[in-house]
Order: sequence, then C-alpha cells, then structure tokens
Amino acid sequence: MVGFPLLSLTIFLPLIGALFVLAVRGDDEEIARNARFGALWTSLATFALSLLVWTRFDASSAEFQFVERIEWLPAFRIAYVLGVDGISMPFVLLITLLTPICVLASWTAITVRVKEYMIAFLILETLMLGAFCALDFVLFYIFFEGVLIPMFLIIGIWGGPRRVYSAYKFFFYTLAGSVLLLVALLVLYDETGTTSVIELASHPVSLSLQRWLWLAFFASFAVKLPMWPVHTWLPDAHVEAPTAGSVILAGVLLKLGGYGFLRFSLPILPAASAEFAPLIFALSVIAIIYTSLVALVQEDMKKLIAYSSVAHMGFVTIGIFSGSQQGVQGAVFQMLAHGIVSAALFLCVGVLYDRMHSRSIATYGGLVKRMPNYAVVLMVFSMAAVGLPGTAGFVGEFLVLVGAFQANTWVAALAASGVVLGAAYMLWLYWRVIFGQMTKRTLAAITDLDAREAAVFAPLVLLTLWMGIYPRTFLHVSEVAVAQMLQRLAPLKAALLTGL
Amino acid sequence: MYAFAIFLPLIGCLLAGLFGRPLGDRGAQLVTCGAMLAAAAIAAIAFYEVALGGAPRDIKLFTWIDSGALEANWALRFDTLSATMVAMITLVSSMIHIYSIGYMEGDPSVPRFMSYLSLFTFAMLMLVTADNLVQLFFGWEGVGLTSYLLIGFRYERSAANAAALKAFLVNRVGDLGFMLGICGVFYAVGSVEYDTIFSAVPSLAGREIAFLGMRLDLLTTLCLLLFIGAMGKSAQLGLHTWLPDAMEGPTPVSALIHAATMVTAGVFMVVRLSPLFEAAPAALDFVTLVGAATAFFAATVGLVQTDIKRVIAYSTCSQLGYMFFACGIGAYPAAMFHLITHAFFKALLFLCAGAVIHGVHHEQDLNRMGGLAARMPVTAALMWIGSLSLAGMPMFAGYYSKDLILESAFAANTPVATIAFWLGLAGVLMTAFYSWRLLALAFHGQTRAKHDVYHHAHDAPAVMIAPLFVLAVGAVIGGWALHGLFVGEGMDKFWGDSVALAKAGEIFEAAHLLPGWVPAAPVLLALGGIVLALVLYLSRPDIPAAVAQRAGGLYRFLLNKWYFDELYDMIFVQPALALGRGLWKGGDEAVINAAGPDGVAAATLGLAMRASRLQTGRLYHYAFAMLAALVAALTYFLLSGE
Repeated sequence: MVGFPLLSLTIFLPLIGALFVLAVRGDDEEIARNARFGALWTSLATFALSLLVWTRFDASSAEFQFVERIEWLPAFRIAYVLGVDGISMPFVLLITLLTPICVLASWTAITVRVKEYMIAFLILETLMLGAFCALDFVLFYIFFEGVLIPMFLIIGIWGGPRRVYSAYKFFFYTLAGSVLLLVALLVLYDETGTTSVIELASHPVSLSLQRWLWLAFFASFAVKLPMWPVHTWLPDAHVEAPTAGSVILAGVLLKLGGYGFLRFSLPILPAASAEFAPLIFALSVIAIIYTSLVALVQEDMKKLIAYSSVAHMGFVTIGIFSGSQQGVQGAVFQMLAHGIVSAALFLCVGVLYDRMHSRSIATYGGLVKRMPNYAVVLMVFSMAAVGLPGTAGFVGEFLVLVGAFQANTWVAALAASGVVLGAAYMLWLYWRVIFGQMTKRTLAAITDLDAREAAVFAPLVLLTLWMGIYPRTFLHVSEVAVAQMLQRLAPLKAALLTGL
Repeated sequence: MYAFAIFLPLIGCLLAGLFGRPLGDRGAQLVTCGAMLAAAAIAAIAFYEVALGGAPRDIKLFTWIDSGALEANWALRFDTLSATMVAMITLVSSMIHIYSIGYMEGDPSVPRFMSYLSLFTFAMLMLVTADNLVQLFFGWEGVGLTSYLLIGFRYERSAANAAALKAFLVNRVGDLGFMLGICGVFYAVGSVEYDTIFSAVPSLAGREIAFLGMRLDLLTTLCLLLFIGAMGKSAQLGLHTWLPDAMEGPTPVSALIHAATMVTAGVFMVVRLSPLFEAAPAALDFVTLVGAATAFFAATVGLVQTDIKRVIAYSTCSQLGYMFFACGIGAYPAAMFHLITHAFFKALLFLCAGAVIHGVHHEQDLNRMGGLAARMPVTAALMWIGSLSLAGMPMFAGYYSKDLILESAFAANTPVATIAFWLGLAGVLMTAFYSWRLLALAFHGQTRAKHDVYHHAHDAPAVMIAPLFVLAVGAVIGGWALHGLFVGEGMDKFWGDSVALAKAGEIFEAAHLLPGWVPAAPVLLALGGIVLALVLYLSRPDIPAAVAQRAGGLYRFLLNKWYFDELYDMIFVQPALALGRGLWKGGDEAVINAAGPDGVAAATLGLAMRASRLQTGRLYHYAFAMLAALVAALTYFLLSGE
C-alpha cells in the first residue's frame, strides 16, 4: 500500500526533534531551556499526529491499517513493514501521551545534561513507537532491543546513588532474555523463510518446535513484563531511575512484554501457548500474591509501587492466556490503565521527592494539611490502583477475572485475592503519607502542587475517570482485532476449556 | 426526570467539593442540602408513581463495559423495590444533611464533609437503581469508598485512620466473593443483567459447576459467593468486625451510612436477587443461619459495651441479622419492611446519641453520663421513642416488622427457621435490655458527669432537633402506615415482579394461624428486658457490677467482642506482614537475586579475577605452563595413537 507515510512520520518525528535539540547551541541556561521546549513541542506534535492516526483508524476492521512496506533486505525477505491494528493502536496513544508528560515532569528536576536527557527521551519515544508498530519480526527486534539503550542511559546517568548497579542489572537481565528471543527468531526464519508477522501467523510450525520457540519468547517477554521470579530488576531500576524514567518504564516498557505475548506467542505458536497456559497462570498467581505481600512491607514508596506493578502485570498475563474475549480485552485494557495509573503514581512520588529528596514513607505524614490538592490527586490514583469501579483500574481487572473464571476458577479466586492485598498496601501507604498528624518539622514548609504539576496531573486524572466511566472508547478499539485473533486460536480456547 | 433524584446529590457533591472555598461553609451546606431535598421530593414523586401507581420505568443512560457477550450499562431502574429504597435513602439522607449543619458547626472542613455525604448518597442511589450486577458493584464500592473517607474524616486521629482502613479491607474480603459471584453468574448465564439472569434461573437448576476442584451445585455456589459480599457490607458474623470501629466517624455518618443505608445494601442485594436465591434453598439456609447467629451474637456484645455509639452499632449489626434471616426463610417483603422501619428508628437513635454527645462535650462513655433527661428533655423523649420502636413495642414501627419476621420464622417451620426463631427471640430480650440500659445510664438516675459538663448540657439547636422529629414520625407510624402495602393483602400488587413473593405469600398465610403465644412472646420478652434493665441500672446498680465480677470470664468475653479482632490479627494481619517481609528479604533478595543476577555477576567477576591472577607477569610461570601443556598434549597424542 502506498500513501502518505503517516505512521512513519509519527514514529520518526521525535527522532527529527532529537536532531534539532542536538543542534541547540548557546550558554548552559539557553541550551537547557531550548532543549526542554524543543522536546516538549516535538512530543506534543507527535501526540497530535497520533491523534490524527486514531481518528482515521477504523475500529470495525481487524486488519492492520496504515500499512507501509519498503523492501529492506529483499534477499532475505526482510522488509520494513509498519502497521497498527486494534491491539497496538491504543499503545501508540499511550506512548505519545506519556512522553510530553515526562518532559514536563523533568522540567525542573533535571538540571544536568538537560540536552542529552531530552534527546534520550525523544529517541526512546521513536524506538517505543517503532516496537509497537513493526510488522516484521526483525524490525520489531531492533526496536525492542534498541529501547534498552536510552533507558539504560537514563537510569545510569540521571539516576539515584545506586544507579550504576541498577542500570546494569536492568540491562543484563533484559538482554539475557532477549538473546533467546534472537535465537528463536533465527530458528523461526530458518523454518518458515519469512519474518513477516502476518505471514508467520498463518504458517504452521510443528508442536515440538513450537514448545522450544515458545520458551525462548517467554524468556524475553517474561523478563520485560516482568513476571515472577524474574522481576527483581524492576524495583531496583525504579528506585534509581529519575521520575520520568520510572514513568516510561512502568507506563510503556513493561507493556512490551505483554504486547509480545499477544503479537507473537499467541498467533505464531498457538498450540504451545495452550500447553503452557497453566505455567503462565501459576507464575501470574504467585506474582499477584507474592509481590502484593512484599509491597505491603516496603518502606520506600517507589519500591512499593514497583512491586505493585508486578502484581498488576500478573493480571495481564492471566488475561492474555485465558483465551477468552473478556480476558484478552481485559489484559489490553489493564495494560493501558496501568500505563496511566502507575505512571501517575510515580509522578506523585516524584512531586514529593522534588520537595524533600526522600522516597522513604517514614519521611512523610499528615501531608493533607499542607497539600490538599495533592491529597485528592493521590487518592484518585490510589483508588484506580486498587481497582475501584468508576476508575480505569477496575475495568481491566474485572474483565480479566471474568475471563479467568471461564478458564479456571482457582486462577480467578487466587487472583481476586489481589484486590484485597492491593487495597491493603495502597491505602496503608496513603494513610502513612497523607493522613495522621503532621509532626515532622521538616515538612512544615512543604507546598502544594504548582501550576506545572497540576498541568501534568490534570489529563491523567481525567483519563483515569474517562477510562473508568466510559471505557468503551478504548474497549471498542481492540474488540474486533481481539475477536479475530481468538477466532484463529479457537483450538487454543478449546484446549483451555477442556484441559483444565 | 427521575434521573435528577440520582444525580442531584452528585451535583451537590461536586459543587461543595470543588468550590468549597469560594462557597464557604454556609454555601456548601445550602447547595448540598438543597440538592438533597430536591432529590427527596423527586424521589417521593417516583415512589408515588412507580410503587403506588404500579408504573415501573427503566432509564438506560449509556453503555459502560462491553466486551464480547458481556454488556453492562449505566442504567436507572425504577421498580417498586428500588423506588422504595430511593425514597427512603433520599429522605433519611436529607434529614442527616440538615442535622449535620448543626452537628459540624465550627468544624474546619465543613464543605468536605457535606461533599462526602452527598457523594455517598449518590453512590448508594446508583447501587439500588442498577439493572445489572456490575453497576450494583459500582455503587457497592462507591459507598465503600465514601464510608472509608468518612470514617477517617478526622484524619489526624490514628484510631480513625485505622478504623477506616479496616472497614475498607474487611469489605474487600466480602467483595472478593462478590466479584467471583459476578464472574460465576456470567459464566453460567452469559449475561450480568438482572432480567436475563432471572429468566435463565429455571434452566440452571440442578446444574453443577467445577469450582476450586469441587463439583458443586451451580446456583448454590453462585448465591453463596454473592452472599459473602453481602456479609461484608452488612457486617454479618465473621465479617462484622469493621462496623463497631466505624463509629470513629462523626455521628451523622454513623446514622446515615452505618445504620440506615449502606449496611442494608447486603439485605437489598439478597432481596434484589431473590428470584436467584429462591432457586438455591441450601444457600438460603446458610443465609438464615448467618443472620440468626449475627442477631444473637451482636446482641450479646451490645449488653456490656459502655460507649454509647458502640451499643447502637452492635444493635444495628443484630437487626441486620433479623433482616437476613427473614430473607433466608423467603420472607423478603418482611426483610424490606424491617429495613425501612429500621432506617427510621436507628437513624433516630444515632442522631439522638449524636445530640447527647454534642451536648456533653464529646463524651461518649455511658459511665460518665446519667441524669441527662433533666438537662435535655427533648432528646431524651426522642430517644425513648426510638428505643420503643427498636424493642418492638406495640403500635411502634419496629413492632410490625420485627414481630412479623419472628412469626414468619416460626411459621416457616423448617429446622433452620426454628433455630432462627429461638435465637431471634433471645435477641429480642437482649435488645430491650441493652436499649434501656443505655437510656438508664445516659438519661436517668444520678449523674456521673463532671459538674460543669452536666450543667452545660443542653438540648441541641433546632436545626438538629427538627430532623429528629421527622425521623421520629417514621419510627412511630412507619409500621402502621406501610404494613398493608409491604406485607399485607395488597402485597402482590405493590411489589409486582420486583421481588420473589411465592414463598413469602405462603409463610404470611401460615403466620395468621399461629398459636397465640408466638406473636405475644416478643412483646412480653421485650417488656421483661425493659423492666429488668431499669431495675438493675436504676434501683440496684450493685447487681450488674456484682454479676460482672462473678462471671468475670464471660463478661470479658463479651466486652472483648468474642475476641474476633485479636483472632483475626493473629491469623491474618500478622502473618501477612511476616510473610511479606520473609518473601522480600528471603525470597527476592536471598534467593532470586543471589541465584540470579547478583550470583551470575559474582561468578563472572570471580572467574575474571582468577583469569587475571594467571597473568603474573613472571616469565618462568609462563614457561612452566607452556612446558606442562606441551607434556600433556604429547602424552595425549601418544596414548591415543596406540
């Protein structure tokens, strides 16, 4: 299909912006200011472009849209192919929304090497968008791995005191998984002679090979997501990353794992997916209960939210492998909701960190007295994290449970216990930080949200409520695509329902 | 137009909440009270047209959650059941809004308080007007959130925060069951809408479900799961521990949320789903037993509490038990009847208690009251009215509804119902006893209050007393006025098909033919309880003290609420925290990290160190190594060559 390359433009606009920022000259102050504005305008323009894509996206079609194809390595039948369907479309919007928010959130918090920081974020945006739009496995792999580099730098350069340890842990953990993905990719290419996502989905692979490939995919996506027990890089990475780094990490990078399962594991390796679903269920249920309990006793706010992310991702994997319309749509929705809510929670921690330079819960207490607006904002996101109906957090969790119940009642019952534990750690955190008496003298001068911060939170609050009250906007987008994928996987569903 | 009855409170909440500062205290009070009164007026019209006129109406707003076969709408369903609830909720809520003007006078966050009250009312109304289980759950969680916010309203106090958190978490345990119940209903029926579910009930009877590795009866399992949710919200035995602690909230909150409306949501849910429960007799037996046990248990604890609000809180818990066992035996209209009369007299009692607390400088301990009738005669009189209604004295509202429940339990004549009857009867005696113990300790006899507190005690201002009169009217004539509609001859016409009536009809029929002692017993027992309490606490106060002394073990057992809190702390709270710490330090750090990334890193580093140690830089080391290798290689070739 030839036409205006809208998708490519959206993907590479941030990269172009990064080049402009690179060219910024002047004294330090000037460079910093221009870099900030350059990044902000670029990311806003990208957001506008992605909205344009969204308005022209036809949700009633299950096909890939805005497809662009350029022969790249014709000898190897590897091409530069892009396109979005109902599953990837919402993620594109999530990325383009969160990037300007990250730029704004870093406005005053980042004071050294501002130019390089903004460039890293813009490049990161291009790579993330590319990963969600790539329809060629090799292309996907390049974007998927490429994401590691700017993120590694963001943690390693602008992070906290133990940033180097965390950055390396993050890098090698994910790389170890990805190496296996690369091997699987080579084997798959050798077997089928194609790397096109669309062609691969209709290319039968023998069951024994499927198993090995599935495990290799799993190694990569499970680390990314992360699933228990390969989640231990996440708390460290979050704790050391700058606020905006945490936002992107929790908001988008984790979703690459879930997206990988949806785009590659399920369609290309359906039989193995059905076989290994119980493994996924077991690990997910352990993740939900285990990390919720661990979150309960954390003393560092960022660590607490990081652990809660692992628990929330447990719902995502259950949903994806439940093999039902509600489960898969719930998983997609849960990823989006978590992308907004956990990002917002990390921003909330950032607000406090910017003022007090402490992430320890014990530093705070009684903040509602001095920061009433902040207290309201944090309440909204805490409730969304807890999964209160009417907020974004409920819809995904609920649909996943509905889907899980159809597959296996044990999974549903154990996963549902996460709603009790989730409320426990979240509200206890809220109590210790916001309520109580303000006894600490250091807090006496703490100030409420300023205009810039309010501008950061306002869209996120509105979106959280919108997604909770009228989730149809987003469910509608993925409905047909998910339905069609599941239709192709009918055997998977049958195996799930009879096998368990 | 009915939609305004639901959304006016939300508008009031948003105005007071978002514009609290520019509006000021008075403005916020005016906005929320005005919105509530208007909503109550519309609700009265709706009750007249829908319930009395028999014209149910469904208002579909828009689609909420839609995925595959699952479709849940935002909808407002006005049938007799929901119109009755809406009318009661808006009426009681507007009275409590008005009362709060006086009660919260001088509080630094009046707009926030009024905003929360209105938000609560909105959530409660969404709960009762849902046409599907998911919207019901929305309201369910919404009232849970606002309850949490209002219990913890005085956020500086750590007891208030603890109580709020506890309330939310215990309710969440119930919600776990509720959510699984909804999932199960969708699994079985393929829909979450009431009408579809009810019409599918006949086809579900006798089917089985594989649940947690067991093969169970489908309908029983679903009903039990849903009922676990009801147990949490309505504070039934086992999940009741949050309700007494919830008294940390300001008194209007206790009256509105923890007496008249939210805690009855569980009863409402069972009545709403009565066509489903009706087909699951085993689940209904469980409902009966839990209700009866709670009615008995809570009354025993109420006997010895010394905090004026806690006595009433346990009383609420106990009365909810009566409503549940009415549901369990199939007498849903009787449960609804008691729900409505209870809303009036219990809200009245709480607000009177609030007037007392307000009058004696926020003292809640009954041991530091006494003789207050002389100082606040109106409050005392109103509290007597509320207590007479609660105890079920003839002509008062509670008499009509509670007697009917007990008669129905006797008439149902099943083993479970008979147990419920006797436990309920014991509860009646205790109810009267603790109510008059409270009245005696608070209003009569010699005062134990400090001299200046006693002399400054006074009746509350008119803005607080006026709503009490409205509620008192309900507590007196509510039973007489409503029993014809709710449970009398015209019952079928009144309820229409909003409640399952088949079994209730038979039971009420049989209740007309009971032996004479059955209807008389509750009244006589209540009278006995009243006299006993008055004698013990007014003429012979030495006897209760001596009893407490002699039966010290039992007394402490009751005073400590059967040690539920201690038990739960021991088996749930502490282990969860210990497990969390263990998994974090032991699991994540000691095992996963040590075996995974840190271990690999350390091993790599160790290997590299050893490799680098080989490079000593001394020539003879290298020469020796080369020689040794040469010898080894030669040996190998020579040996393999042979």
